Amino acid sequence: MPRFLLNRFSQSIVLLVIVSIIGFTVLNLMPGGPLAQFGLDPGMTQKDIERLSEQLGLNRPLWIQYLDWAWRLIQGDWGHSYRDGSSVLTVIGRHLLATLLLMGTSTALAIAIGSWIGIRGATHRYSLFDYCATVGAMVALSVPTFWFGLIGIYIFTLKLGWVPAGNMYAIGDGSVLDYLHHLILPSLVLSLVHVAIWSRYMRTATLDALTQDFVKTARAKGVSERRILLKHVVGNALLPMITLAGVQLPSLLTGALVTETVFTWPGMGRLFLDSLGYSDYPVVMGLLIFSAILVVLGNLIADIVVAVVDPRIRLS
Amino acid sequence: MTLIAANLAPSRWWQSRAVSRFTRHHLALAGIAMITLLVLACVVGPYALPYDSLHIDLRARFAPPLSGQHYFGTDPLGRDLAARLLMAGRVSLLVGFSAMLLSTLIGTLVGVTAGYRGGWVGAALMRTVDGFLSYPSIFLVLALAAVLRPSPAMITVIIAFTSWMETARIVEAEVRSLREREFVQAARMVGLSRRHIMFREILPNAMGPIIVAASLAVARAILLEAYISFLGYGIQPPLPSWGNMLNGAQQYLASAPWLAIIPGAAITIAVTSFNFIGDGLRDALDVRDDHI
Repeated sequence: MPRFLLNRFSQSIVLLVIVSIIGFTVLNLMPGGPLAQFGLDPGMTQKDIERLSEQLGLNRPLWIQYLDWAWRLIQGDWGHSYRDGSSVLTVIGRHLLATLLLMGTSTALAIAIGSWIGIRGATHRYSLFDYCATVGAMVALSVPTFWFGLIGIYIFTLKLGWVPAGNMYAIGDGSVLDYLHHLILPSLVLSLVHVAIWSRYMRTATLDALTQDFVKTARAKGVSERRILLKHVVGNALLPMITLAGVQLPSLLTGALVTETVFTWPGMGRLFLDSLGYSDYPVVMGLLIFSAILVVLGNLIADIVVAVVDPRIRLS
Repeated sequence: MTLIAANLAPSRWWQSRAVSRFTRHHLALAGIAMITLLVLACVVGPYALPYDSLHIDLRARFAPPLSGQHYFGTDPLGRDLAARLLMAGRVSLLVGFSAMLLSTLIGTLVGVTAGYRGGWVGAALMRTVDGFLSYPSIFLVLALAAVLRPSPAMITVIIAFTSWMETARIVEAEVRSLREREFVQAARMVGLSRRHIMFREILPNAMGPIIVAASLAVARAILLEAYISFLGYGIQPPLPSWGNMLNGAQQYLASAPWLAIIPGAAITIAVTSFNFIGDGLRDALDVRDDHI
């Protein structure tokens, strides 16, 4: 297994390098490039700009610039925000927890609801429930998240008044209940697509497991309820779920950005849009690369966890 | 004998096994029906409706649906929502379809090259695909859309540039399995050029998964365009798109909810149709998939 881990780890390093190259390319597409902040200064002459270019090393070959930029990234120097001058990593750090909270709650809900639907659909195959679940899953995958959010706000905030319409907490009230109150609707909205994905997966996994020999053995042994059988079935479905969760990270982040916008949730997605509106390119680029790193790391952790837990890989 | 031969060798494409498998898929047929109606409505509708999409009538603003002449109601400027919806549909559907064509082209080129060449060329290409896939699509699209001029053509190109990876993966896997088949080895022995083998021998046999991926790509492209137009970085007003209609409807959610509900429903119907069709195509063309 150590060789597997080493292999997987070096794969991630290669992926991170490629991710950084793509990011560097996009960075240089930004208007004005790294000198954009000075472009608006009326006192700057062309000579000043040339002098700054040389000072910042912008007339060096592109690959040297890339190495310099990447080295600074590794050391933690991600640049400074145009808005308030604080370091980009600090700015991202302020909003990271909110997004992680939203993503985590949403994933937990999606797995819980989706698994129940999927397992029930598999055990009652071809019933009305199964048919509705299958068609419903396909429709859920086609619904724009922001539209679902707007409808959610219309029904649950404007018409029923059950939940607040936005933000993470009400000013003056920082209790856990208040946080939950604000969290529930955005999480549910974000989880829609993933409920569909998990329900489809669980249905297939359950059907696969039910045809296995160990199920026949358990039935022959007289294992009392299908409930206990589900323990075996779900146990086998668990491992690929970890990998699947890692694969879904990019779409989860995409959905989080849109959900945060609709619900004015103070997370990384809203930060991205705000910074885009302010032309705060260091933060924009920082978030772009940060999200990609998050995805790569997430998948790496998922694969490591699977390797550690799966006895077949552990003992090989 | 002739009877058996006639059943074994269908003479017309609509008699082929794939088509009969497709037509058994009720959802796929529903998808085709829905999208045909939608496309017809968007193309012909604006001419058939009593109101022009640009006609501003401030006395009739915020009319709810089914009130008087406006079937879907009116928007804050008094423009007929139905007419606007169909004009926006032209833009959204066109952008989605064109983005699919471009992304399928790029993805197929990359996939065929990576799958056939193999070795370190293939590995490098597929690692690049993985690199692009690590970026959440909307982050990349927004960053590019903010710096490049947001014309519909540019939006199409940007969406395509962030959607080609799925197709590349599917094509690469298919080509890799086709590479070892006898007809490819025969072509190599005869001395056909690599380019000929890749695109005239292997590619036609890989069309099945490509078509499935293409249908799902349209669905994703329409959704992505709606997302970025909603956020303000996609199709710019006054050019209507389903996404930016929803952007404008946000502030009137309490007083005029139909402004938000109806364009979103249109997006959902369009994307659902393509997803259904893609599912049906997958059942019809991908023989190895054991459908449970």
